Amino acid sequence: MSAPATAEVLSASPPATRVRPHARWRRQVDALLESTPAAVGLAIVLAWVALAILAPVIAPYPPNANDLGALARPTPSRAHWLGTDQLGRDLLSRILWGARPVLVIAPLAVLGAAALGSLLGLAAGYHGRWIGVVITRACDIVLSFPVIILYMIILAHFGSSAWNIIGVLTLTKAPIIARIVRGMTLDLREREYVAAAKMRGESALYIMLVEILPNARGPLLVDMCLRTGYNIVIIGVLGFLGIGLPPPDPDWGGMVKDTYGMMTVWPHMSLFPCAAISSLVIGFNLLAVGLREIGLRD
Amino acid sequence: MARFFVKHTLFLLLTLFVVSFLVFTLNEFSPGAVARKLLGAYATQEQVETLTKQMGLDRPLLVRYVEYLGTVASGDLGYSQRFKLPVKDVLFKHLAHTAVLAAVAFACIVPFSMLLGVTAGMREGSRLDRGILMFSTIVASIPEFALGVFLASVFVVWLGWLPGTATLLPGGGWSLPAQLVLPVAVIVLFDSGYVVSMVRASMVEVMQRPFIRTAVLKGLPFRSVILRHAVRNAMLTPITVIMLQINYLVAGVVVVETVFAYPGFGRMMLEAALFKDIALVEAGALVAVGLAVITNILGDVAYVLLDPRIRA
Repeated sequence: MSAPATAEVLSASPPATRVRPHARWRRQVDALLESTPAAVGLAIVLAWVALAILAPVIAPYPPNANDLGALARPTPSRAHWLGTDQLGRDLLSRILWGARPVLVIAPLAVLGAAALGSLLGLAAGYHGRWIGVVITRACDIVLSFPVIILYMIILAHFGSSAWNIIGVLTLTKAPIIARIVRGMTLDLREREYVAAAKMRGESALYIMLVEILPNARGPLLVDMCLRTGYNIVIIGVLGFLGIGLPPPDPDWGGMVKDTYGMMTVWPHMSLFPCAAISSLVIGFNLLAVGLREIGLRD
Repeated sequence: MARFFVKHTLFLLLTLFVVSFLVFTLNEFSPGAVARKLLGAYATQEQVETLTKQMGLDRPLLVRYVEYLGTVASGDLGYSQRFKLPVKDVLFKHLAHTAVLAAVAFACIVPFSMLLGVTAGMREGSRLDRGILMFSTIVASIPEFALGVFLASVFVVWLGWLPGTATLLPGGGWSLPAQLVLPVAVIVLFDSGYVVSMVRASMVEVMQRPFIRTAVLKGLPFRSVILRHAVRNAMLTPITVIMLQINYLVAGVVVVETVFAYPGFGRMMLEAALFKDIALVEAGALVAVGLAVITNILGDVAYVLLDPRIRA
């Protein structure tokens, strides 16, 4: 169908037919809120997204500003609600600002992995034969590697930056998505509508992207949600190991790394960033649990 | 069975080749870096070039890769620039430490997650089931370093029952088992979350099969239905998952070792990578991949042995 034709159909269609997708969307949101884990998870995630967006407005101090007066007593006080860190920087402000890189990098890496993984999985499942074998084997090799060691080697080598972290996360997570999509493609390619599309003379790429991929979206969505949570964990771990986002800008993992040696004296310095990252990951995982429940019911 | 082994061994070899070549190539992007690292920031460019030539680092990549394979095959893993010791000594000492940690953790993960998973899965949807599911979801969500910080703040800072580090050195007045408690607890909690949900899912599925209904209807007590009929069948999928878990175990161990200053394989790899200690990184990566692939194979073997239908 050509573009002008589509526009014509859309403008000509009566409003009644356009209500349906909207209503379906509403029904799905209602179902989502009915499941307790999903509702709680969604609330946590949305709260963090709001805090991250509003960080410049609501953070009481600039994230890298030192309050040297607070160094003597860094514990929580009226001036610094969550206390300050070892350099006298306000913890609340740093935690709020620290939510921003995490909430950008993790979803971007998931989208990258989903795009790359879907393409690989579709190609492997649809073409079968040697392309399938090569892709599957390559994915197996990446998957058999303890990824943390891969991250250490790559990031220690190329240096650590937001883009490098997105890159390694995309490359190492794509094989998992590819495996899921391949499995579903193998199942879906035998369906009648795929045969019909072939009969119409559609290209392989069209069949893969338009006929097969949309029908694989359910499990993919659950997996992307889980994957976002895992990516946040990995970003935190990388920061903790000292190969994460470069200082001095706040990064939750890096904040823990700098202060956990002082646990016995000032436990709050590492406890608060740990609580922040844990709550965000719990939010995404609860959301995934809820999405899966809904998916099973339909 | 023979075909199975040949196929898997070939895959193991292929993986080792690909990984070793990738790691080797990766280190080639900056050939001068090794000499620069050794000589320090104040060495002149000439000194760096001379050392690079002396170490043979100026020759073509493929030549050196083949040469490297040859020396590795003869049992010589090279010399660690970071620890100033032969790689073999450094590697196996740290591996042994990690093996102890991993073995203790693994010995706890399996019974712990089976107990929780079977309990949750035998009555799907019950309050106990939902409670265990929530617990495992939440525990598996907390990053290992955060779990370590949480546990340490309670048991080290607040109660003072346990040491905050596990350096394996006799000093400090803490016995070896006491040092291991917290690292093991973190690994067990983090890893069991995933295994529990696997065991549970498998158990739920088995409980819906006709043979369970038959067992119940013929009047067997619930206990023996669970223990004699359900659990054995429900273990099939989790066994593979648990074997795959060893891969995650390695990942978790790196972080846990850093939190508790444990002198193991993961921390060694981190130091080696940051120091660009190529020989050690290469050997370590090979060992890590080899272990991962071998455990995958063992997982498959266990699966075949447990399910007679596949063996035929």
